[in-house]
Amino acid sequence: MSDITKQALSELVENIKSKKLSSSEVTKAFVERSEKSKELNAYITEDYTNALNKAKKFDEKPNLDLKLPGIPMAVKDLFCTKNLRTTAGSKILNNFVPTYESTVTQNIWNEGAILMGKLNCDEFAMGSSNETSFFGNVQNPIDKNLVPGGSSGGSSSAVAAQLTPITIGTDTGGSIRQPASFTGTVGLKPTYGSCSRYGIVAFASSLDQAGPMAQNVKDCALLHEIISTYDEKDSTSIDFKRNEYSKELTKDIKGKKIGIPKEYRVDGMPKEIEDLWKKGIEYAKDCGAEIIDISLPHTNYALPTYYIVAPAEASSNLARYDGVKYGFRAEGENLIDMYEKTRSEGFGAEVQRRIMIGTYVLSSGYYDAYYLKAQKVRKLIKNDFDEAYKKVDAILTPSTPSSAFKIGEKTNDPVSMYLNDIFTVPVNLAGLPGISIPAGHDAKGYPLGLQIIGKAFDEQNILNIAYAMEEKINFKNNISDWWI
Amino acid sequence: MSIDLKTIKHISKLSRISVDEKKAEKLVGDLNSIFDFIEKLNKLKTDNVEPLTSVAETTLKLRADEVKSKNLRDQVIKNSPRENEDYFVVPKVIE
Repeated sequence: MSDITKQALSELVENIKSKKLSSSEVTKAFVERSEKSKELNAYITEDYTNALNKAKKFDEKPNLDLKLPGIPMAVKDLFCTKNLRTTAGSKILNNFVPTYESTVTQNIWNEGAILMGKLNCDEFAMGSSNETSFFGNVQNPIDKNLVPGGSSGGSSSAVAAQLTPITIGTDTGGSIRQPASFTGTVGLKPTYGSCSRYGIVAFASSLDQAGPMAQNVKDCALLHEIISTYDEKDSTSIDFKRNEYSKELTKDIKGKKIGIPKEYRVDGMPKEIEDLWKKGIEYAKDCGAEIIDISLPHTNYALPTYYIVAPAEASSNLARYDGVKYGFRAEGENLIDMYEKTRSEGFGAEVQRRIMIGTYVLSSGYYDAYYLKAQKVRKLIKNDFDEAYKKVDAILTPSTPSSAFKIGEKTNDPVSMYLNDIFTVPVNLAGLPGISIPAGHDAKGYPLGLQIIGKAFDEQNILNIAYAMEEKINFKNNISDWWI
Repeated sequence: MSIDLKTIKHISKLSRISVDEKKAEKLVGDLNSIFDFIEKLNKLKTDNVEPLTSVAETTLKLRADEVKSKNLRDQVIKNSPRENEDYFVVPKVIE
């Protein structure tokens, strides 16, 4: 089969289970395509030789009862992988080799998948374009010099370019959904507490969640059911009854009430986004859903709230990088000088900016004015959703206020970069699940995504809505392999 | 409110990130534009609102206080930039 890499995850699983394909054949195909795709810069660390060896081992004694039997997979370089370098896209972790495995990746290997390598991302997941990575920007397979979104930009690029059949990212303010939207792929940010944060390099602990990124909704549901487990190693992991999301997936969403929040019609939103949203509403109606206008009155305050809460938590989390216990160290005249030089040389500009914002809002005399204020507004934002969910089962919005932009276009203006996450950030602040599905193209032919937001722990419902709408939308990604 | 050079130097000290003059000046511009944006929150009255500290409305689970990992010394020290047998080595702290 020459077109192995074109197959979706479910086809590959089927072909391996029925012995039409071996894990070695599949792994070799994805490794070869990854090797030909270096120009995309999607990988930070390749582990191809080990992957091929593991595939060979799998084939010698295949366990075909597993959910991901011998399936090769590259993952975002924010997940600690035992004995394989994990950098978080930062110079400060350039030589860090974890001695333990993250729970989410362990769950994936337990189902038979094989690690191919670690995918590029914004430094410590702080960015919306993958341009803050110490390892350089990533190309969007849709077009040359186009960002793949961020922070899971290596992940979105690799899935769209078919370098990996499926992958995982992390989402603190939109880092799975926005890159999925920019590359014509599907990305799910689960409910806070659904996937364990153990072994994921921390950014903002009250917002971070891991989630699946895939070419279609069904694959996304399958990977989600594998990675979502209760884990006592993460004190915020929640012990609730999880579904078998892929088995219970249905296109029957008749009578589901879908809310359209008027506050998401933001000033200066391009007409094509507005049109896409209208089209999305029609698709949802075609699927039998009932459309209801709702209000989320504090939407406008979500981004400013996020840019207090996330940097505050980041400044605290990133205090651990001191050049002593692991990672990069710069020499200094004394201990303090060593700390200051290590952090100044080890962190990139955006990470330093956010640490400094966070330090400032938590500093003596400013804590109440900024951090406490933000926590109160966060409560109001969550209350908005609680109110809305008395009337509706899910909420439909655009995923992003624009399609993918050019590399370098927004790097000099942090605020314009932050505005990318205007539709995704409220979901993290409220701890809810959200999925982005490709829904159309703009005039330039770049993909645009729609976001479906659910109630907490109601991933099944938004996956079902996404699954039903996906069929109506019938999206086709225009990828020409320009980099090969 | 605006953030001046003196404030930047104070934050840089608290953050343990050294900044030279050029970087400090750029940070003045960047942080002011970000705080202009953040200060939109002041328009909102929040006097009687409870701060949200956790989205998960569950209480933390308790577990038995027992040791589960055994002797991880080698693992803990493995990624250290500089160590001497069982110790992390740092520049001299006590004269």
